[in-house]
Amino acid sequence: MTNEALRILISSWFPNPEFETKSEPVEVAEGAASKAIINPNLLEFTEEGSQFLNVLVKPENLHEFMNKLKTNSDTCFDYLFCLTGVDWGAELGIVYHLESTQHRHNIVVKVKTEDRENPTFDSVCDIWRTAEFHEREVFDFFGITFNNHPNLKRLFLTPEWDGFPLRKDYVDEINMVIK
Amino acid sequence: MQESATLNNSFKSEEYFINMGPQHPATHGVLRLLLTIDGEIIKKVEPDLGYIHRSIEKMCERDSYQQIVHLTDRMDYLSSHINNEAVCLTVENALELEIPDRVKVIRTIIGELTRIASHCLWWGVMGMDVGALTTYFYGFRDREMINDIFEETCGARLTMNYNVPGGLMWDIHPNFIKRVKDFVAHFKTKIPEYNKLLTGNIIFQKRTKGVGVLSKEDAISFGVSGPVARGSGYSCDVRKYHPYSALDKVTFNEVLEADGDTFARYNVRIRELWESLSIIEQLIDNIPDGEHRVKTNAVIKLPKGEFYQKVETARGELGVYIISTGTKNPYRMKFRSPGFSNLSALNHMAVGGKIGDLVATMATLDLVIPDIDR
Repeated sequence: MTNEALRILISSWFPNPEFETKSEPVEVAEGAASKAIINPNLLEFTEEGSQFLNVLVKPENLHEFMNKLKTNSDTCFDYLFCLTGVDWGAELGIVYHLESTQHRHNIVVKVKTEDRENPTFDSVCDIWRTAEFHEREVFDFFGITFNNHPNLKRLFLTPEWDGFPLRKDYVDEINMVIK
Repeated sequence: MQESATLNNSFKSEEYFINMGPQHPATHGVLRLLLTIDGEIIKKVEPDLGYIHRSIEKMCERDSYQQIVHLTDRMDYLSSHINNEAVCLTVENALELEIPDRVKVIRTIIGELTRIASHCLWWGVMGMDVGALTTYFYGFRDREMINDIFEETCGARLTMNYNVPGGLMWDIHPNFIKRVKDFVAHFKTKIPEYNKLLTGNIIFQKRTKGVGVLSKEDAISFGVSGPVARGSGYSCDVRKYHPYSALDKVTFNEVLEADGDTFARYNVRIRELWESLSIIEQLIDNIPDGEHRVKTNAVIKLPKGEFYQKVETARGELGVYIISTGTKNPYRMKFRSPGFSNLSALNHMAVGGKIGDLVATMATLDLVIPDIDR
């Protein structure tokens, strides 16, 4: 499936109630229509200039959305090949890279939170088992916790380690060489 | 009857922990496995990582793109050329650089030589892990020839640093083509020798067949890639699905085995040696003339955005993910290393087996610990 077809399909899962109440469907181009149909409170397509389709979801919808991406026979994203923690400064978040081994299409799902004290997302390790290790890595380096994770503890660092090294505000004057 | 019943009661089994590693020869590096065992049956394997974590991803955030290439050697050091290539490809794609065909072909040839060298080492160590010491010397003999070729052209034997964003550091050595051809001719006679020595050995087969089984569904769910996944019949070769450099110009077969056990994974790697030789043969006589490098700015600044590139290393799918804000350093750099995901399936594969089976299973996972720890 092309990125555009994926975008239209995924948009249809999150209908915009305001748009539906309008009486006559207005004749618009397909791409523009999908933007209007989608409920911006739930989902947002972002332009990152990459080869993949980028979707930003709200943390509360994350697990349901991911489950649908995996189980829906048209999308069938069964291969989570990369899970990255990112510190965007004001926000912390996760980037999921997904591929379908059946249809060979890709999607990038992002989730962000402004809570830097106690960032929490739902775990996706019941959907893709590889997430168990990757989420532990993110917990280790970014301090993001995951609900329903079976074994959430430090993976690389020692349990008594102070702070989360891959955050942008992490300071270690002795061991880090700042240029 | 009654006597044996009381005997059974008096020998109650109990679960206990033992440490395997971090200095165990079968872990091939500083990996510590916490084993929960009952008698000799494994109940749980929990890897403890981080003994050589250098936080390469954090170091990348302060380095320039030319410097980052050198850090990637130290991840999976047996696929160092392919790691370098992955970073260079990401940067080149982001800059939309047109890379000369000569560079693409040389990169692919050296990449496949790297794969053969890595598989030679794996084969030697695999035999040693299951008790056949001789294989080690055979594997290293042939790997030595490849390392000599690398030394002549790249100036180094292991961490080659031959790639730079925009091409290659310098052109190939005049002897390169001849020596590669000599090696291909030599190695073609050696793979049957490998099979004679180890593959057909009945003790080896009994140690590996039906051991450490991983089904195709589990392989996908665990994000397993490379020869490990192809041993489970999961078609995932990045060289086929997302060809890079000159791999779209060659024909080769993706090696698949259906059984998903240790012997299947072993066979995948042995058969891959033939495919790599065939790729090299197709390219070695047709290296196009031209520049070995295109000029880039001394300070490389990637445009704002996100870039992802995957390549097939000897261990599986390596992903390079760069988030750029338009400066000379990446804002965030992530390496999706094949070993990390492959290791996550180890517990699933080892539970219910014996410790000796775990050693055989780990040998075919072909773990390189710096690749997991990054």
